[in-house]
Amino acid sequence: MTNVLGRFDFDVIAKWIRPGEKVLDLGCGDGSLLRYLRDEKGVLGYGVDNDPDNVLACIGNGVNVIRIDLEAGLSGFEDGYFDHVVMSLSLQTVRHTEQLLAEMLRVGREAVVSFPNFGQRSHREAIAKGRMPVSETLPYQWYNSPNVRFFTMADFEALCAERGIVLRERLGFDGESRVTEDLNLNASIAVYRLGKAG
Amino acid sequence: MNDLSDSVGAVLPQRAHFDTPLELTGGGVLPSFDLVYETYGELNASRSNAVLVCHALSGNHHVAGRYADNPKDVGWWDNLVGPGKPLDTRKFFVVGVNNLGGCYGTTGPKTLNPATGRPWGADFPVVVVEDWVAAQARLADRLGIEAWAAVMGGSLGGMQALQWTLEYPQRIRHALVIASAPKLTAQNIAFNEVARQAILSDPDYHGGHYYAHGVVPARGLRLARMIGHITYLSDDQMAEKFGRRLRQGEFKFNYDVDFEIESYLRYQGDKFAGYFDANTYLITTKSLDYFDPARDFGGNLAAALARARAKFLVVSFSTDWRFAPERSREIVYGLVHNGLGVSYAEIESIAGHDSFLLDDPRYHAVMRAYFEGIKT
Repeated sequence: MTNVLGRFDFDVIAKWIRPGEKVLDLGCGDGSLLRYLRDEKGVLGYGVDNDPDNVLACIGNGVNVIRIDLEAGLSGFEDGYFDHVVMSLSLQTVRHTEQLLAEMLRVGREAVVSFPNFGQRSHREAIAKGRMPVSETLPYQWYNSPNVRFFTMADFEALCAERGIVLRERLGFDGESRVTEDLNLNASIAVYRLGKAG
Repeated sequence: MNDLSDSVGAVLPQRAHFDTPLELTGGGVLPSFDLVYETYGELNASRSNAVLVCHALSGNHHVAGRYADNPKDVGWWDNLVGPGKPLDTRKFFVVGVNNLGGCYGTTGPKTLNPATGRPWGADFPVVVVEDWVAAQARLADRLGIEAWAAVMGGSLGGMQALQWTLEYPQRIRHALVIASAPKLTAQNIAFNEVARQAILSDPDYHGGHYYAHGVVPARGLRLARMIGHITYLSDDQMAEKFGRRLRQGEFKFNYDVDFEIESYLRYQGDKFAGYFDANTYLITTKSLDYFDPARDFGGNLAAALARARAKFLVVSFSTDWRFAPERSREIVYGLVHNGLGVSYAEIESIAGHDSFLLDDPRYHAVMRAYFEGIKT
């Protein structure tokens, strides 16, 4: 898989977004996904981040960025305003997971989320050996991790089923390679395209 | 302060006279007027690098640099504007202008009313943000600036930048709206009203025609400035800067200065009353109170902003309770509604509203990054 952005999950996300869409990127980092979507697809994008360094980096990259705390929700954004609301490798860093998922599907037609899969084999093995997993996708020690939620693909899908969130597409990756068999065991990164029921 | 390498250096105020009458928002017409302004840097051949800096309540045209005959008179936003500074005068042509109704040489209450041959005083019309912007547009015409690369301002200056995007959407490419608001809250208007009452109730006010009596309502102006200063600082910063420290180490049991904060407020009040014009203060606070572009749209700010075409940088400061971050976010969400380009930085600062005049590294880094992205 080509890796134009240096973040392979960006490639997947970019493929799901059509030219000219309105996109909200939650936890947008330095804005590189939005810059790519703007330059390549003419997307009208807004990033959200609460880290002042990321806000500065986005401004330097010429990307719209709004500094707000995701834990406080997306109340300033209107219902259904965005075609896609993206949250790339950040869902595990917010405490109000349920509310945020609901908010994403309130302000957006579809949500795209990616997260490190805590259910992947090496992570399970680490736990079996009695230690919290530390890996390429979970590079932190338990005491300095920015992650506050620890969940597997199966956990996530159970939550979606409970909350009436439709899984429109699901991809798993190990490193940069696509995984097709038993994603919850083999994928270190999960990427979902989500919609509302009905 | 000895290193002047990043200063625009010695500057000279200039004056532009306009003979075409200006119809005012509040009714009435100014038959002619003067604007005093300064410029820094060079206007490029395509005239695409001009930045207008709008001043707030007590500011003026002297944005950057210093006067040759008074080197201590440094421009009020000198930390932001100059060669190599965030608003880099090697790239941009920067214009500072004293607004109508001002007291720094621009036509205002101190100016002679041609109809009477005496100073306008309280008869000077209450000019508002829309009028200032209309006058600034005349200056832009005079300077050959068809469209500003950017208009920037803090507080009331930010309101002018916002108004530019609504009144002249084709003449402004970027708006930097710093520590500002789409309208004042009741609490904010209340502070202005107390300030005005302090001036209006000063026996030396003489119905606004104090010039003829050879006095100024210094006590009122002093009080107005004191209450202003309280609202420009944060509780935390006041605690840090002054705390309960005593001027002379012990209570005096009288009404002289006991606490350092009292001394500070008196000093600031006296200084201000010594140079600022009370009528200008009255006009300017009314201009703040009246600003509300959503008013013509049933209070719908997003609808009001639909006319704008510029890209925006909106900045607020965490401890600014006079122009709180929530007010800036209202602007941001109104812009998003219209699909306009906007970035919003909320800067952690303990300095309250005054933060926008300080050189907090993160704040200035944001300003620098934004200006670097503006094509000229």
